[in-house]
Amino acid sequence: MTIDSKIPSGPIEKAWEKTRFDLKLVNPANKRKHTLIVVGSGLAGASAAATLGELGYNVKCFCFQDSPRRAHSIAAQGGINAAKNYQNDGDSVYRLFYDTVKGGDFRAREANVYRLAEISVHIIDQCVAQGVPFAREYGGALTNRSFGGAQVSRTFYARGQTGQQLLLGAYQALERQVRAGTVAMYPRTEMLDLIVIDGKARGIITRHLVTGEIETHFADAVILGTGGYGNVYYLSTNAKGSNATAIWRAHKRGALFANPCFTQIHPTCIPVSGDYQSKLTLMSESLRNDGRIWVPLKKGDKRPPNEIPEAERDYYLERRYPSFGNLVPRDVASRNAKAVCDEGRGVGETGLGVYLDFSDAIARLGRHVIEERYGNLFDMYQRITDEDPYKVPMRIYPAIHYTMGGLWVDYLLQSTIPGLFVIGEANFSDHGANRLGASALMQGLSDGYFVIPYTVGNYIASNKFPKVDASHPEAQAAISCVQQITDKLLSIKGKRTVDSFHRELGKIMWDYCGMSRNAESLKTAIGQIRALREEYWQNVNVPGSDNDINQSLEKAGRVADFFELGELMCIDALQRNESCGGHFREEYQTPDGEAQRDDEHYSYVAAWGWRGQGNSPELFKEPLEFHYVHPSQRSYK
Amino acid sequence: MKLTLKVWRQKSPGEKGAFVTYPMDNVNPDMSMLECLDVLNESLSARGEEPVAFEHDCREGICGSCGFMINGVAHGPERATTVCQLTMRHFKDGEELLIEPWRAYSFPLIKDLVVDRRAFDRIIAAGGYVSVSTGNAPEANGIPVGKEVADRAMDAAACIGCGACVAACPNAAAALFTGAKVAHLSVLPQGKVEANRRALAMVAQMNEEGFGNCTNIGECTGVCPKSIPLEVIARMNRDFLRASFKRREEPLATITPVYDWKEKTE
Repeated sequence: MTIDSKIPSGPIEKAWEKTRFDLKLVNPANKRKHTLIVVGSGLAGASAAATLGELGYNVKCFCFQDSPRRAHSIAAQGGINAAKNYQNDGDSVYRLFYDTVKGGDFRAREANVYRLAEISVHIIDQCVAQGVPFAREYGGALTNRSFGGAQVSRTFYARGQTGQQLLLGAYQALERQVRAGTVAMYPRTEMLDLIVIDGKARGIITRHLVTGEIETHFADAVILGTGGYGNVYYLSTNAKGSNATAIWRAHKRGALFANPCFTQIHPTCIPVSGDYQSKLTLMSESLRNDGRIWVPLKKGDKRPPNEIPEAERDYYLERRYPSFGNLVPRDVASRNAKAVCDEGRGVGETGLGVYLDFSDAIARLGRHVIEERYGNLFDMYQRITDEDPYKVPMRIYPAIHYTMGGLWVDYLLQSTIPGLFVIGEANFSDHGANRLGASALMQGLSDGYFVIPYTVGNYIASNKFPKVDASHPEAQAAISCVQQITDKLLSIKGKRTVDSFHRELGKIMWDYCGMSRNAESLKTAIGQIRALREEYWQNVNVPGSDNDINQSLEKAGRVADFFELGELMCIDALQRNESCGGHFREEYQTPDGEAQRDDEHYSYVAAWGWRGQGNSPELFKEPLEFHYVHPSQRSYK
Repeated sequence: MKLTLKVWRQKSPGEKGAFVTYPMDNVNPDMSMLECLDVLNESLSARGEEPVAFEHDCREGICGSCGFMINGVAHGPERATTVCQLTMRHFKDGEELLIEPWRAYSFPLIKDLVVDRRAFDRIIAAGGYVSVSTGNAPEANGIPVGKEVADRAMDAAACIGCGACVAACPNAAAALFTGAKVAHLSVLPQGKVEANRRALAMVAQMNEEGFGNCTNIGECTGVCPKSIPLEVIARMNRDFLRASFKRREEPLATITPVYDWKEKTE
């Protein structure tokens, strides 16, 4: 297999415009004759389904939740970047592009990132027109805040609920198309396999989560917007239902999986409090605008924070990175938090936490300003921890938050299976080895509203689609494959619950393939994952049946995929003998402990091909070229 | 701490349900209500019994999936808190908690604590949007929106669609939910253009779904995890009345509710 990234030639500023002109168009009257499947209803999925419906295609949209409005994009708090330069502080499309490539530690494709920056301004226009209530100045203009990894204020926000408001905008656009009859919505329906016929993606197999019915759906193209795979780690900021099943099963049907080891650890989450814990709660990165991060200067200082005098506090980010201070990118902030905790200077009962202190900001701006900016986040913190962050500093610790890796796609967002497109967090394309804050919402909406409608159209216009139905042998094979997995899981009747396996897998991943990794630990992890997976298929207990709501069965299928994906993440981390962005290999660091890239040997995208259970995956390399932003040691000092 | 959970168990809509008592010995005060159910479910699974089905996803109080009645109160005793963020420290050692699903005609039960809330999607589909297709948008700062207006829109837009308002209402009305979307959009200049049409269409769909009428009791706002103010209902009524007088169009069609999951949407 050869992988062609289809990056357009010519100057990067004109690349997307030129591509759009070169892409073929579908006659408006013919669009309704083409059925398109969109899996997932988050920012990427809902915006794609709505826009394709508006264009006149016949769209089927699937989500596993009871309503498309539940998709996990809804939980994004801080904001969405756009190069509007409303603040007159020197922002531009080029600067957003530059910051994103640099923030991604030079492991993203320049052309994709440039397009993202270019489209960012249109996203804000579209969302405002939909009625998204972004924060405003008294004069009526949109206001902005700063986010990590940038020195300009380009982040638009709606209190601490930006993701919710953007998702509701996309959801409402989607429901408008449902009403118009262009989109058929399939809630409580989970994709369990991809149907590939004559080398092209032609449909999906689904399980209805209420009736248990296994169904086939056919289309001329399939678009996956099913999000990331952070739940491999069990504890993450992802929703409990977030899973990798759609992308993983597409991978097993031939789609390459790119950079699986690039995971993002978010620096500001509420620390773990006990073993019953089911998920980790994020505190928006925007808090770092006004909060100052510190730990006691002395090891094991157990005094309450308010009793530790100024001189005995270490504001370690401000000390080490004077120009970016508390606003260094997420990977840098997370690693530094881990480092001070490893030194024994962590706070809280477990010692795995650092302070995020607002007392200076409250003294400077007044409590009401802080309340207006972060009120809902402070309330959430207090609800969970029973501590008042207006009076005592918050305790925070890094947690798994986002996955930069995902299915490999070309510039047109098409995977290595023709007709299978991948958008949003589910693909790998725009964030390199580290995503900057407020860029996930931007990418999801860019892909869904403004990229996929053009590129899918081109695919439809360039191909012929012979009629297929469920009697096709490939469809039958996929159905029986799905049925076998379900039957097997229900028949094992072992002694351990699905969650107990998932927790154990998560712990292996966090310990050995988490914030820092080394060759030794990764090999250990691979061995342990294989052994645990073997036990899983012998000893898991999935109660209930397959013909009604069975949440254990749903989880069991997803965890089975997490085992395989977790192993691939470790394999990928092991082959990448360098540190970059969120991938920190202890063997490769600068004398002062920063990530040490190896551009000579590792300036490529690692795209992995599935070769069957028990066989090692095949590695394809897409070399990365940088013509505009020249790779340098990332410095935020 | 020790608690006794009395949980509504019902295998399917057609079968009879009943409360089943589960003593819980080791409840950590820091865990959430849903984590407490996780612990119960782990022990049920380990015994080979079917776990309690309940909806949940983000566990950050924003997706709106979770929700059930605790001792007769939607989302339990804490104000402005969903059950996923309700920590057990709010209960007393030895307390008995009666846990049952939302009960409303328009939210048919599916299993245990899981109900069907598709009626909400249909109300939004009836008109809960600004009819602006991708690409139609003018420059974002082209239309100034005063801060107070944007803030009021945001107050209403904060609704998470969990359905607690309906469950708490003695009439099982969806006025707070519908009013929140009407108010969010109609105060903004972008949403004003079709405010009349929207109010008529959404109210018509709300009635078609079989939700009760609002009689200004206010239970809804009391249990609302996002504290959506009661005034959104006044806004909806105002828009609806004004639109009814001004109406020039043909009556709006509504969508017939579908409750059977087996019925195909195609």
